[in-house]
Amino acid sequence: MIVLENVQTSYGRTQVLRGCTATIKLGEVVVVCGPSGSGKSTLIKCINGLVPIDHGTITVDGVPVADKRTDLPKLRTRIGMVFQNFELYPHMTALQNVSLAQIHVLKRSRAEADARSEHLLTRVGLSSKLASRPEQLSGGQQQRVSIARALAMDPKAMLFDEPTSALDPEMVNEVLEVMQALALDGMTMMVVTHEMGFAKRVAERVLFMDGGEILEDVPKAQFFAAPSTERARQFLDKVLSH
Amino acid sequence: MSDFDWSVIARSWSFLAEGMALSALLVAVATAGGLVFGFGLALMRRSRYAVIAALATAYVTVMRTVPLILVLFWFYFLVPLVIGRPVGSLASALIAFVLFEAAFYCEIVRSAIASVRPGQTEAALATGLRPSQVMRHIVMPQGLRAMTPLLLNQIIIVFQDTSLVYVVALRDFMTTASVVASRDGRPTEMYTLVAVVYLAICFSLSKVVERYGKGQRQ
Amino acid sequence: MNYNWDWGTLLREPYLGWLWSGLGWTVLVSLGSWAIALAVGITAGVARSMHSRFIPQVAGVYIQVFRNIPPLVQLFLWYFVFPEVAPESVGLWIKRDLPNPEYITAIVGIGLFSGARVAEQVRAGVAAVGIHLMPAALATGLRPLQAFRLILLPLGLRAIFGPLTSEFLITVKLSSISLTIGMLELTAQSRHIENYTFHGLEAFAVATAVYLLIGLAVTALMRAIDRHFGAARFKRAQP
Repeated sequence: MIVLENVQTSYGRTQVLRGCTATIKLGEVVVVCGPSGSGKSTLIKCINGLVPIDHGTITVDGVPVADKRTDLPKLRTRIGMVFQNFELYPHMTALQNVSLAQIHVLKRSRAEADARSEHLLTRVGLSSKLASRPEQLSGGQQQRVSIARALAMDPKAMLFDEPTSALDPEMVNEVLEVMQALALDGMTMMVVTHEMGFAKRVAERVLFMDGGEILEDVPKAQFFAAPSTERARQFLDKVLSH
Repeated sequence: MSDFDWSVIARSWSFLAEGMALSALLVAVATAGGLVFGFGLALMRRSRYAVIAALATAYVTVMRTVPLILVLFWFYFLVPLVIGRPVGSLASALIAFVLFEAAFYCEIVRSAIASVRPGQTEAALATGLRPSQVMRHIVMPQGLRAMTPLLLNQIIIVFQDTSLVYVVALRDFMTTASVVASRDGRPTEMYTLVAVVYLAICFSLSKVVERYGKGQRQ
Repeated sequence: MNYNWDWGTLLREPYLGWLWSGLGWTVLVSLGSWAIALAVGITAGVARSMHSRFIPQVAGVYIQVFRNIPPLVQLFLWYFVFPEVAPESVGLWIKRDLPNPEYITAIVGIGLFSGARVAEQVRAGVAAVGIHLMPAALATGLRPLQAFRLILLPLGLRAIFGPLTSEFLITVKLSSISLTIGMLELTAQSRHIENYTFHGLEAFAVATAVYLLIGLAVTALMRAIDRHFGAARFKRAQP
């Protein structure tokens, strides 16, 4: 479904990704973890073309992302993305947030889009908040709206960039539950996160990144039991000790 | 003090009102046209093509460094030359004002666009919206909100700037007052009136802007 | 477009001389009015920031009145109206004995308008610094006036170096309005040349280039000064 081959990219003079290769199959749930600055967020943002790559290839559902002839906006409808800071549009209600792209990209009618948005918002547990604006919602609620917004495009895969890092601890679970339900429904997911509990419960594979490289790419059980690299071991020690 | 004849104001009332109407016209056209061109200039400055961005930046830099009076002289001289026949001072002045103020409105629009978090653009692009759609539905609505106090302030400045059409003898409020002043020999009365009127209008407008700014911050 | 370009005209006397003298007057008017603007503006801005009942209000009136009347109108008020409404002896002195009346009127008129704008910048700069540092200064036992004099004012003034540079460039542009009372500065001279030779495009182009050069020179100079003395040296310490 998503194929990365020797992906390299730099920001100014700093090389952020130094040749990453990985494959995510349809229906897989993959967790990407690693210390800050390892390039995890950048990797995710390269997959839907938000960050350009210098070398290598990324293929989504058979379509090369970095090819000049690729219609990037059209490709992006096939991958949903959830951001660390939710990024809901503050001048619109929850319903409007979820409907906007349906109307202007998928060309659905307003009625059709709103009906679908209502269904999705109910699915994430926010049926009573359709007319609320982001400022009236808690962080956890906002993130659930943003998940609904991504699902509204009927994506084949979902990318999550540290979805719970900006949330107060009490709200982390409500979001993780929604994500777990999505995984159980068979959604292909790539999740950058520090939530190791989620990784243990829901993920099938774990990618460990450090210094712009993928150091580990193993089934989750193997990662948690006996990671092969020293840096991964150090990381796990620090993360699991609290 | 007894030498002053304040009734000259009453006598020239309709003449002065015509002048004020012209001032209002200048402000309206300069703002409307300036905003449209300014928005275009802002987009040009953000263009991927270095040449387009450089051209727009050069234009804005020139218009912001050169005095308005010189710009008025430029267009007063240039417009008839380009069109090939004599053109009234109003047309030249309107063109000059629109092109001059466009540089300032460009900077206002740019700062408005920059004030919107880049994450908003990323999130919108991630749902498959095209850059033009992102600008229309996500960036500009938020930017407009940020831009309104700056916009209103600029309108007050434009209103003050229109008094400079005096140098091309265009009959706005200031020029009509000066015509009466020299024709009837009453400079004190007329210029005092002009000062009071501008003060009243600009002061009230700036208070409106202040109140709007406070309302936004709640 | 039918136009005979002739740049050579500008290099011929008397036109070249006119341009130089115009530039000279532009520089003199700009500097003169900026000196007044700084003196009056900083005083008014400081006065406006003080914690007393009377002084800030007076400064406030000056700022509001002189900001909201267009500079051209203010110039005419000083040139035409002031001599008439001033006390007899003052009025007579102005009309008869004042040396270089156009110049003095120009720098007073432009200076007081710019001064009001400078005052606003000073007030804003001091306030921005004060929000963070006043509580800290008071906590160490300094009195409000001491804190103001020792901390807020020096830092506030340095913080507004950039905005003040913009105000100076605006003042340079404003020097052109003095042509309405007969001051033969650069813009006036370029129009003068246009009237005599009909080669307006060349004359205006040269004037434009000169203003651009002044703008670039001032910006570069201010940036250099700022690097040595300005707020760049006191970047807020990262917590």
